[in-house]
Amino acid sequence: MPRTLIPFGPQHPVLPEPIHLELAVEDEKVVDVIPTIGFVHRGLEKLVERKDFQEFVYVAERICGICSFIHGQTYCQAIETIMKVDVPPRARYLRTIWGELSRLHSHLLWLGLLADSFGFESLFMHSWRIREKVLDIIEATTGGRVIFGSCKIGGVRRDIDPAAFQTMLAQLNEIEKDMREIVEVFLNDSTVKERLVGVGILTKGEAHALGCVGPTLRASGIAQDMRQLGYAAFDEIPIEPITRPEGDSHARCSVRCAELFQSVDIIRRAIARIPAGEIAVKVTGNPNGEYLARTEQPRGEVAYYIKANGAKNLQRFRVRTPTFANLPALVKMLPGCSLADVPIIVLTIDPCISCTER
Amino acid sequence: MNEEQSFPPISVEGLLAKVCEFRDQGWRLVQIGAAAVGDAIEVTYSFDLGGRLSNLRVSLPAEGPPRIPSVSSVYPCSFLYENEMHDLFRIQVDGMAVDFKGKFYRTTVPFPFAPRKS
Repeated sequence: MPRTLIPFGPQHPVLPEPIHLELAVEDEKVVDVIPTIGFVHRGLEKLVERKDFQEFVYVAERICGICSFIHGQTYCQAIETIMKVDVPPRARYLRTIWGELSRLHSHLLWLGLLADSFGFESLFMHSWRIREKVLDIIEATTGGRVIFGSCKIGGVRRDIDPAAFQTMLAQLNEIEKDMREIVEVFLNDSTVKERLVGVGILTKGEAHALGCVGPTLRASGIAQDMRQLGYAAFDEIPIEPITRPEGDSHARCSVRCAELFQSVDIIRRAIARIPAGEIAVKVTGNPNGEYLARTEQPRGEVAYYIKANGAKNLQRFRVRTPTFANLPALVKMLPGCSLADVPIIVLTIDPCISCTER
Repeated sequence: MNEEQSFPPISVEGLLAKVCEFRDQGWRLVQIGAAAVGDAIEVTYSFDLGGRLSNLRVSLPAEGPPRIPSVSSVYPCSFLYENEMHDLFRIQVDGMAVDFKGKFYRTTVPFPFAPRKS
């Protein structure tokens, strides 16, 4: 059968950001894929030559418009480890709470985009309506909706008072109730299952060999979550990774749905246990050394490598984002699928090109 | 948290065999990253096994251009990291599974992270 080459992206209705896939198709079946990124490479890693290591927290936060807080947090953790800074316990708990709120709004955003990709517009709107409530909590506690500006080297910039925690708990109850309604549709509606079950299968062995991370990895049956490393308050609030054995698009959706409730649970446990005390310590001097810090972003493990030589500016700053690690898996999932399923499979890795083009 | 980390050096010639050992023991490739340090380029390979992190460090002279063998025959996902190293640091990676031939990133300045001649 003759092959036809079809360009998918970098501008495509299902993609908010530019990624290009060269799809080789036979009739309606995809037989080969070559991905291309790099359309909007920003070179943020190079900015360490101009911004000192304290200012660079703001740059790290702006690597992504969705998981911005955890970017800033991971950068701070890397610097704090090199400089042997002990972050106050209350700050570690606050970081955990804001990090999980980030995961909530990121997963809800993704669920909306997924619903949109298969034409379920009311489900898309309900997902984003609930996400707005999460953003309201973030705005009330940090002053920002996406870029929080709350993390700094040595701790955090803002505290949350007990009354605000009580309001947050009440809002979380409402959010949880709303999420149960949409998750029921995502997991059990026959039209949704028709588009997701058995689509874009990635086996456990393939996920491991291709270096996958996050929900993409866990939906193929591998129980790995960087929160198990015990950063922030996760040493005192342990979690169990949520996995699914099927490895298809429905499994990736299912893992993220379950992680919504896991995040709510983590926030509740953190609020119940948060200790009183300082929220930051003073940091003096400049970093000297190297470290590779890893945390769990909503999309999976992010790796921050930092090398410093005692000057105000770092020698090297490098980020390996989760989407970058999941692209090879995408190339593996697409061959054999129907052309109509390409947008859905692309979305199920939750691609963030903004992060990838840091 | 704050796991102990080391970056043990390894020669270019010994790289592939060592990376094969990691693969055979079940380690996942976390990242490959380069850093310009003085007149040299350090390439770091990071692996994970059950949350433990292990690194390998290859030092390359910046002049040349620097060459290194691809590990994409061992870890297929490495082709993205290797194309990135080529486009940002001018590192010649031999035998990549997918070679974008310098078109992986569209940068205004060629090889923006390569060490500058003093």
